[in-house]
Amino acid sequence: MSILFGKAKNIEAEIEQFFDKISEAGLIFSAGIKDYLEGDFEQFHSRIDDINKQEGEADNLRREIRYYLYTKMLIPESRGDVLGLLETSDNVIDTTKTVLSHFDIENPTIPDSLNSEFLKLTESAVSALSSLVKANRAFFKNSNIIHDYIHKVHFHEHEADRIEEKLKKIIFRSDDISSLAEKLQLRDFVTYISSLADDAEDVAERLSVYSIKRSI
Amino acid sequence: MFQLFFLLSSGLFLGWSLGANDAANIFGTAVGTKMIQFRTAAIVGSIFVILGAVISGAGATETLGKLGAVNALPGAFTVALAAALTVLWMTRLKLPVSTSQSIVGAIIGWNLYANLPTDYSSLTKIVTTWVLCPLLSALFAFIFFFIFRFGVSRMRCSIIRLDAYTRLALIVVGAFGAYSLGANNIANVMGVFVPISPFETSEILSLSFSSAQKLFLLGGLAIAAGIITYSRKVMETVGSNLYKLSPVAALVVVLASSAVLFLFASESLEFWLASRGLPTFPLVPVSSSQAVVGAVIGIGLAKGGRNINFRILGKISVGWVTTPITSGLIAYILLFVVQNLFLMPVYN
Repeated sequence: MSILFGKAKNIEAEIEQFFDKISEAGLIFSAGIKDYLEGDFEQFHSRIDDINKQEGEADNLRREIRYYLYTKMLIPESRGDVLGLLETSDNVIDTTKTVLSHFDIENPTIPDSLNSEFLKLTESAVSALSSLVKANRAFFKNSNIIHDYIHKVHFHEHEADRIEEKLKKIIFRSDDISSLAEKLQLRDFVTYISSLADDAEDVAERLSVYSIKRSI
Repeated sequence: MFQLFFLLSSGLFLGWSLGANDAANIFGTAVGTKMIQFRTAAIVGSIFVILGAVISGAGATETLGKLGAVNALPGAFTVALAAALTVLWMTRLKLPVSTSQSIVGAIIGWNLYANLPTDYSSLTKIVTTWVLCPLLSALFAFIFFFIFRFGVSRMRCSIIRLDAYTRLALIVVGAFGAYSLGANNIANVMGVFVPISPFETSEILSLSFSSAQKLFLLGGLAIAAGIITYSRKVMETVGSNLYKLSPVAALVVVLASSAVLFLFASESLEFWLASRGLPTFPLVPVSSSQAVVGAVIGIGLAKGGRNINFRILGKISVGWVTTPITSGLIAYILLFVVQNLFLMPVYN
């Protein structure tokens, strides 16, 4: 049993590290978008490298955690839940990576007049992500604060939705953007950034069910 | 020797079926949901059921002895056989049944056949305890539920650590449960043989080993055999079908029902309470299944009283009447057959 508790400490540390990776990916994502909007492409590319590194490390951690949880640790009832949680949390990192690489590939031209709204959208999406990371940590620590954080994820996701809709309206009514192709492209980018908040909300939904399930 | 073993066989069979069925009350949820391995449960369960039977089996046995002291070995064989057949039959009919209720009916059947009076004060004590058992178990589960919930929220440990603790606790509480089961229910298995025990008291390593204790050891081995050979199926059914509980709630159920079985079995606890002028618990074999049902209801009440199946309570109370009557009748008929067909004296 002492081996078991030693391993528990190990796995707890790894789970914490996994959440660190998600949190860091969120920060890099937000900085990357800002660099892009400001036209600092050199910095932007180094952000992409950073986020790829985080994503790769998170994958490795997730695999190690999965192996331990399935072979030694959790009681079966919680296993599926915890694994599902880690997998869907991992989607959030994947989204940050994918969105930045879309920017890199398509190089959309964003009019300066839209910069502030794009930044607000990014900020809301990343806030949803960081509240999710806090909720995740609270879940693993078996803490009641989890509900506060889940609530915040929902709040930021709504906020992102609101900005998303507003931005899309501005894009389609703007005279600065002349071609429909550009409008459609910008619309897609708004959707991409906002999808980060949606992914965070999906995980939060799971979390709220799991935390009810675990209460005795 | 062969004849002796044959005459004890009905009791051993009763012990085997007790192990096969009742071990699931202790380890069912844990094994059924794969929280602990069946092998671990079987080993821990077997060891502690034997310890409970040998160390604390005397109290409840004495009460059964007062109800009716079967005074011929073929009679004891028949009484235990009648109880075992009742359990088998009622299990086949999917009716709730307990070895405790069945053996009491069979003993009364013997009393009637032998034309001996039944001690009504013992009978009242026994039946009152049967009713008390699920109620007390519900009360314990209700209280433990809140203590555990408070404790878990206070412990502030991570879910991974909590799961590890829960697993460990399920094994520890399971050991206590097996001990209590052995202590309380060995009376059903071997009780009728005690007044006519063919063994003698002996001393091993300066520990006195009474003739009854040798019977209890034999009965405990039979229960352990039931656990090892047949309880797995029952555990898997209990764990996955019957009641869905969270791991901690499952722990509360096992702890509450085991505590009740222990209260109704432990002579040292009785002595301790009596020496302090406190009211004591009657030492009576009770049904571990009914204790579990009581505990599950207790948890349901603690959670606000939703989702409680009150029909199951009705079913149980019907069993208090039908089981003893059925086994009493079977015992009476079998005693007649054994005495007149096999020409063996069933009473002296």
